[in-house]
Amino acid sequence: MYVIQFLSLWLIPMVIACILLHGTYKRVPTYEAFVEGGKEGIQIAFSLIPYLVGMLVAVSVFRASGALDFFISYMKPFIVPLGLPPEVVPLAIIRPISGTASLGIVTDLIATYGPDSFIGRLASTIQGSTETTLYVLTVYFGAVGIRKMGDALKVGLLADLISFIVSFFIVLWMFGK
Amino acid sequence: MMVNLIWVALLLIGLLFAGMNGTMKDVNEAMFQGAKEAVTISIGLISVLVFWLGLMKIAEQSGLLSFFAHLFRPIAKKIFPEVPSDHPALGYILSNMVANMFGLGNAATPLGIKAMEQLKQLNGQKDEPSRSMITFVALNTASITLIPATVISIRMTYHSASPGEIIGTTFVASLIATISAIMIDRAFYIQRRKKGGM
Repeated sequence: MYVIQFLSLWLIPMVIACILLHGTYKRVPTYEAFVEGGKEGIQIAFSLIPYLVGMLVAVSVFRASGALDFFISYMKPFIVPLGLPPEVVPLAIIRPISGTASLGIVTDLIATYGPDSFIGRLASTIQGSTETTLYVLTVYFGAVGIRKMGDALKVGLLADLISFIVSFFIVLWMFGK
Repeated sequence: MMVNLIWVALLLIGLLFAGMNGTMKDVNEAMFQGAKEAVTISIGLISVLVFWLGLMKIAEQSGLLSFFAHLFRPIAKKIFPEVPSDHPALGYILSNMVANMFGLGNAATPLGIKAMEQLKQLNGQKDEPSRSMITFVALNTASITLIPATVISIRMTYHSASPGEIIGTTFVASLIATISAIMIDRAFYIQRRKKGGM
């Protein structure tokens, strides 16, 4: 635990120091290179806006209309027989679609059932072990101006599914029910 | 094509439901809230993007990135067979994965975008994603996690007896998901090649 706390605090500063020391040692014009690279950052951020607006509006409409809740209640009877606690089913469905929404659900589950309950641990693991697939696809393909995603979406969603199943078994195995 | 369908479906099904459920008022609000959130995220990204891409430019010019790429070469060659082994794209890919591992999403995103740019250049600036781009994005949607920082902080807020106890389970789940992503991606690639496309 100490090692991890230490690392999460020191890692970024150490990376920065390494880059600066190595750059100076190799006689790179450090400040000028920094400014040059930074300019690209502004361009990228701006070109992202339409991609994110399109996706987030669609997800918000889907959620606010009640469609998301309907699909979740419809899918519950299929998922419950597999042994998954029904409380985490909404989380598993939303996790690939919206990072902030799923974080909200995790917080709610932890608040309701306690962080050290089976549901609390499972929700924590599901949230932490995978990225928001739709967001990653939108940002990465959007930033380089690619509109077709190829098989990336299918791969991402299948990997998410596997990660949920693994999360369930590993939490069951390590902590018990 | 797939994206267009999903996008239109999310919106139209949402609007249809709103009409049936009487939630049109919420939907109207949500539309503009969603747009606002997207712009806020993009603007918020400017600070991190400028800072990290600035630093990474130094690392690129000093040769630190290609040094990373060199270390990473044996594994990378297997996962990204189309990327030449001394190409800067590999350096960005590796730094992106390291940042993701430590839960530094803010640092990982600009590095990943930079990797995508390099991969696009390798692909002759085409509008279609190359095989390597699909693999890279698939890796990122799974992403090996060593420190799930946000989750740990939530668990602390709710007085967990051991906020960090889920680090092990998270790591194993994400590792297996990442290996699966690589295999599923490979399977899809083989299927595409059989069809004669790409």
